[in-house]
Amino acid sequence: MAEKLPEHPDFLWHNPDPKPSYDAIIVGGGGHGLATAYFLAKNHGMTNIAVLEKGWLAGGNMARNTTIIRSNYLWDESAAMYEHALKLWETLPEELEYDFLFSQRGVMNLAHTLGDVRESMRRVGANQLNGVDAEWLDPKQVKELCPILNISDNIRYPVMGATYQPRAGIAKHDHVAWAFARKCDELGVDIIQNCEVTGFVKDGNRVTGVKTTRGTINTEKVGLCAAGHSSVLAEMAGFRLPIQSHPLQALVSELHEPVHPTVVMSNHVHVYVSQAHKGELVMGAGVDSYNGYGQRGSFHVIEHQMAAAVELFPIFARAHVLRTWGGVVDTTLDASPIVGTTPVENMFVNCGWGTGGFKGTPSAGYTFAHTIATGTPHELNAPFALERFETGALIDEHGAAAVAH
Amino acid sequence: MLLISCPNCGSRDETEFHYGGQAHVPYPENPDELTDRQWAEFLFYRDNTKGSFAERWLHSTGCRQWFNMLRDTVTYDIQAIYPMGAPRPVPDAGEPADFGTASLAPDSTTTGTTGPSVASTDLGPAEPAATAPKGAMK
Repeated sequence: MAEKLPEHPDFLWHNPDPKPSYDAIIVGGGGHGLATAYFLAKNHGMTNIAVLEKGWLAGGNMARNTTIIRSNYLWDESAAMYEHALKLWETLPEELEYDFLFSQRGVMNLAHTLGDVRESMRRVGANQLNGVDAEWLDPKQVKELCPILNISDNIRYPVMGATYQPRAGIAKHDHVAWAFARKCDELGVDIIQNCEVTGFVKDGNRVTGVKTTRGTINTEKVGLCAAGHSSVLAEMAGFRLPIQSHPLQALVSELHEPVHPTVVMSNHVHVYVSQAHKGELVMGAGVDSYNGYGQRGSFHVIEHQMAAAVELFPIFARAHVLRTWGGVVDTTLDASPIVGTTPVENMFVNCGWGTGGFKGTPSAGYTFAHTIATGTPHELNAPFALERFETGALIDEHGAAAVAH
Repeated sequence: MLLISCPNCGSRDETEFHYGGQAHVPYPENPDELTDRQWAEFLFYRDNTKGSFAERWLHSTGCRQWFNMLRDTVTYDIQAIYPMGAPRPVPDAGEPADFGTASLAPDSTTTGTTGPSVASTDLGPAEPAATAPKGAMK
């Protein structure tokens, strides 16, 4: 039997031991950490760098998200950031020489109330002014694009229309991480797994090293990319972040033949649904209300999400839940990320992406690498500074970002 | 699903409650003297503890009273339930907790058989839970 199996494919990256020192260390080997390391090496020539991951590569939120990619955010700062990401999503498969199946099947955001309708139309207008492809669909057009949606007006939350972004879609999340990891490895970046950060070494207010479960490593600069655990790292470094970590759950059904041609999101009834390339129906919920680091949430959240899904998609009533899971998302009060400098010299932070970090992976990496390499933010992430909570220049995407965060 | 022992109503499902975030965050005593940095701390910064965390809950579809809870944010175990305004209790490692559970406990009774949990705790001069709103900003 054994001789009939194909040979094991080449590993995409190595597992080096940590060197005594690096020019920069990225804490967190998820999508954002790997993308940051990639752009540090590619755009800024910094190859003597390491990515430290406490578990296995891309085993946190990168493995747990529902893979939706879109850029139809309301405010200028967000639209610029996420549209930059979307353009990178379009070119990255070629650049990384890895087809991670970015499928631009469109994303629909349903409107169920008159308030939704007005807010959605406003967002379509704002998107168009920012060069983001967006259109308004009436219920008939919604049905044409997604025939399995129930658009009758006798359901609890009838579909009164939807915004639609044709260039949006989904990608294979694991493969995105592996694509970045392989390129990082080729460029000389050390990817160090099973290496948990336990503290930082500081000279006055300047960070000079990272204490880990595999020893202390000296470094010129540190970039934090730890999503739900950002607060824990910040506390070790001696500063606070305006982050609350919550469980966020998702689930898949068993495999089905293709029935769902696009991605449907509903802010109002709190469910988002796509069908994975392999055939599972992939559904995400809203966050659990309480703070939690447990990578699991309460079942009533799933129940609520399934009830909404079955009403919107009556044929799903015959599907079964195959698997549910949770991640830990780092939410901010204005539902926008924090990418920039910190009160600690030479330490930088990329966090607060909340429930929408996957879609932002390329531009998080691109702008965070720029910030780490030059010490100052890129124009795209300058508005997303930590200082905005002090100045009041918030980027309030709560309820404006087409889906609740 | 958390099973939460409301101090007034007894053991109820999590779906009857609303979450109120970190407990013991007082409104600034001299708001007009605060710097922008201090205002930012009050408005936007809350502890995000990994481990034992003191937080507020509201029994919104029951007695509609606020109370405080000490809960582990990793295991979700409820370690103590105590009135608004009372100091944060030190979790007792010896006694098993009787304030609720993070498991899928079959007993999600709405009759409140567990009884008021605060009565069984030794929290010192705890005010009666029914006066909870008094300390709602604490």
